[in-house]
Amino acid sequence: MMLFPMPFHSVLLFVVWLLLNNSVSAGHMVLAAFFAITIPWLVSGMRDEHPKILKPWLAIRYVLMVMKDIVTANVEVALLIVGPIKKLQPGFVAVPINISSDLGITILASTVSLTPGTVSAEVSKDKAWLYIHALHLDNEVELIESIKQRYEAPIKEIFGC
Amino acid sequence: MPFYLEIIICVSLLIGGVFLLIGSYGLVRLPDLYMRLHSPTKASTLGITGVLLASMIFQSHLKGFLSIQELLITLFLLITAPVAANMIAKTALHQRTQPVEKTKNPELIDIVRDRESPKQSQHEE
Amino acid sequence: MLSWTILIVAVCICAALILNLWRLMKGPTVSDRILALDTMYINAIALILLYGIYVKSALYFEAAVLIAMLGFVSTAALCKYLLRGDIIE
Repeated sequence: MMLFPMPFHSVLLFVVWLLLNNSVSAGHMVLAAFFAITIPWLVSGMRDEHPKILKPWLAIRYVLMVMKDIVTANVEVALLIVGPIKKLQPGFVAVPINISSDLGITILASTVSLTPGTVSAEVSKDKAWLYIHALHLDNEVELIESIKQRYEAPIKEIFGC
Repeated sequence: MPFYLEIIICVSLLIGGVFLLIGSYGLVRLPDLYMRLHSPTKASTLGITGVLLASMIFQSHLKGFLSIQELLITLFLLITAPVAANMIAKTALHQRTQPVEKTKNPELIDIVRDRESPKQSQHEE
Repeated sequence: MLSWTILIVAVCICAALILNLWRLMKGPTVSDRILALDTMYINAIALILLYGIYVKSALYFEAAVLIAMLGFVSTAALCKYLLRGDIIE
């Protein structure tokens, strides 16, 4: 039996416990370590297989890029909302995706929801299409291309699937 | 409290407040549900981040050590906001809520609800 | 200066809550009401943290965490109920 069946989750539990208590005292460190070891050990049996992060540096760069996009998205959407509503052209778009893992699709859909003017509405049953709703749809092909290049390609590379 | 800290806290609080107000204003102003979904999920994430940032700096100053526990709420909201938006969109599609008439590609709605693939002929790239 | 800013931001957030309440009353569909509730709890978190700054206390952080977690779970549960007619499958 391994001591850390889910190393990433162990680290996460440790950090979150310390953040919740807002302290780095020895007692909380021991308690956090206890949780970081026992909880993954208890729940590792209930877990689905997920792809591993192959390129951690790329993942960090991706997170930073998404954060920057969130700020610009917020400003853009705020301007659209206070601007003239008659000019808005909403629309549904089907984006073809070729990520095979559920985790990758979830991350892509969440990223799309957080970034400029798009909300992901549904994924088709065969996991080949992501349906999104755009607040202001100028150019459908351009939007699909930008999502595929900006977000899908790095996710594919990070998980290698 | 030093003056520069007060300025930083005031600016981030104001940014937060303005974005929260715009998010809620969009909720009232936009014409249909699918468009309304955009305003809270986007404007509110930056709004709440601004307020949390101000709170983080203020509490750090108050306690005398770096207090980053507010990051926990920001992180939690950034993860859950898209999931909540997605579930609300699913619910609306399930209940056959109709979008406004000028929406592009309205024929996709039935396909999306049944989670089918779109017809290949229309979406050849 | 800080106390004036807190007052202005509190007015902004309260106005936002009133707009949410209007959407909650008006509807017209159930999804609209869920969306209004979802926005409302985010605004409530902001208001509580603002009050924490105003009274110079860190205790309100816990209340904000609880609202964030319960808010998301209740949104998910409401949507699930409307989608399937069951909360736990």
